[in-house]
Amino acid sequence: MNNENLIEVVNLKKYFSVGKDRTLKAVDNVSFNIKKGETLGLVGESGCGKTTCGRTVLGIYQATAGHVYYNGKDIHAMNREEKLKFKKNAQMIFQDPYASLDPRMTIGDIIGEGIDVHIKLSHKERQEKIDSLLGKVGLNSEHSARFPHELSGGQRQRIGIARALAVEPEFIVCDEPISALDVSIQAQIVNLLIKLQRELGLTYLFISHDLSMVKHISDRVGVMYLGSIVELASNHDLYEKPMHPYTQALISAIPIPDPKIEDNRNRIKLEGEVPSPINTPEGCKFMKRCIHAKEICGKITPELKEVEKNHFVACHLF
Amino acid sequence: MVEKILEVKNLQVSFHTYAGEVRAVRGIDFDLDKGETLALVGESGCGKTVTAKAIMRLLKVPPAEIKKGSEIIFNGEDVLKMSKKRLSSFRGEDISMIFQDPMTSLNPTMTIGNQIMESLKIHKKLNKKEAEKEAIKLLELVNIPNAKERIKSFPHQLSGGMRQRVMIAIALSCNPKILIADEPTTALDVTIQAQILDLLKELKKEFETAIILVTHDLGVVANFADKIQVMYAGQVVERGTRDEIFYNSMHPYTWALLSSVPRLNTKGKEELYALGGTPPDLILPLKGCPFSSRCEHCMEICLEEKPEITKLSDTHSLSCWLQHPYAPKTERPAVLRGERDE
Repeated sequence: MNNENLIEVVNLKKYFSVGKDRTLKAVDNVSFNIKKGETLGLVGESGCGKTTCGRTVLGIYQATAGHVYYNGKDIHAMNREEKLKFKKNAQMIFQDPYASLDPRMTIGDIIGEGIDVHIKLSHKERQEKIDSLLGKVGLNSEHSARFPHELSGGQRQRIGIARALAVEPEFIVCDEPISALDVSIQAQIVNLLIKLQRELGLTYLFISHDLSMVKHISDRVGVMYLGSIVELASNHDLYEKPMHPYTQALISAIPIPDPKIEDNRNRIKLEGEVPSPINTPEGCKFMKRCIHAKEICGKITPELKEVEKNHFVACHLF
Repeated sequence: MVEKILEVKNLQVSFHTYAGEVRAVRGIDFDLDKGETLALVGESGCGKTVTAKAIMRLLKVPPAEIKKGSEIIFNGEDVLKMSKKRLSSFRGEDISMIFQDPMTSLNPTMTIGNQIMESLKIHKKLNKKEAEKEAIKLLELVNIPNAKERIKSFPHQLSGGMRQRVMIAIALSCNPKILIADEPTTALDVTIQAQILDLLKELKKEFETAIILVTHDLGVVANFADKIQVMYAGQVVERGTRDEIFYNSMHPYTWALLSSVPRLNTKGKEELYALGGTPPDLILPLKGCPFSSRCEHCMEICLEEKPEITKLSDTHSLSCWLQHPYAPKTERPAVLRGERDE
């Protein structure tokens, strides 16, 4: 891993208008960077804007404000040619392996579609490439003539990965790639993602609500709450000494498959639920559920500050 | 002396489909004591939910068929022989169920108040006013703030966690003796999951309800269950108390399940233990041990004959040929042993 930033996100905002005078701030002032060959995990509860963030970084959504730099170039200000190149280099793996594959295309065509657009190979080379990709994700060339409904969930997710790899990307956004799968299959897919990263030097943005899996796969982890990153640190620091009250509660709520630990654990209980992201008030968004809330929290939105080396927290306590 | 309230003996359930007979549950036995929590654990398609639904007689017959020789006995009464009338009082008063998906299991056209009151009126024969009072009490019990106003809300006005609380309130409305929770927290976020589990624990203590928890999440089980039953391809492969399963399990499938979850204390990017292959097709007859095709310790006999049940203690038993005196000695995987020393 070197220190070059592959992705740099600066004050990214994505708002959706939901009726008159009502804005849903799905991503609100998010900044982070991802180095080459690194995995950045993004965790948070449903509705916190993780997926929207991932999609805006890829340019699937037009950002409301802010910038996303890929290798130093702003993706929202690229010309046609550069954009095509960016789309080849940045790919996505989707959450639902049942809904993200076209049921009327064969596996070969699903994987080959990107090759046709970006690489353009002869018929024979294309087939060879598809076969080698299938091998890489642990399937075999027989699968290329089959249709998605003939495969199991885990196999389909492998197809999703092969499709992303087909155009030889540098950067992949993995949007909850394992949450629709069984435990034993989850482990297979995560192992595959880690293996591919080692072999091909890929960079991942790994979005998930499964905190233990994110810890397992990531180098650094960002915690999102209602559209903002509240804490960003190396995975060791984040799980060993979480600082933001929300991160602390989140980590203490992870169920651990070990009765002895479970029985003697102090849970930080969060009251209530995530408030609506529509027309959020000024100040810290976590204030209403926070046990440490002070007057200042309702007035000023806390900025993401570097509290310790490479450990960023957005909270007035620090 | 503990009271046994449910006995399941040799339960076999099949579904008749165009492709043939799918034998989803292939002969399982278990008992449930009063106030106890039993967890059914396994991958999707292993027959957990079918077992739960069979106990409540919620399976549609046909295509489903509960085979001859199966017995489900609730408090001395045979559930499979209940009349229609007895069944409708059995469901609700004696046993009730929380479903996996709180988004789709509530009626979107009725207020949540009416949905709770429905069962109170039918089972407890309360009039409207009493039922409403009781409904408010129930909503307060499951920690829904502002219950008086909330009973007028429709499901779409509530969040996922709130809906699951409403489901629990409905399930508890008639003080059932058994509560079947089918993946009650799978659709919820971790912080909400913790709230719901705490709630279920409190309720269990207060009303001495026995709970059958159907789940694939071993973290939830570690926190919540008294006894665990690991299922594979419609059979129980290992059963025991919570500690026996977590610290002393002997079946390779249980090992695989336990070691494929990442732990917070692993160093990251290590390879996770991944079980290869997929569960067997349940249409075909299974020869030998159902797990043999994916088992690392598979021996010749495993392919030929079904393993017998070995008892390790009063509560701990499993079916695996490795327990046979002539079988080679196998050790629990290192990941699991390490944990035991802590």
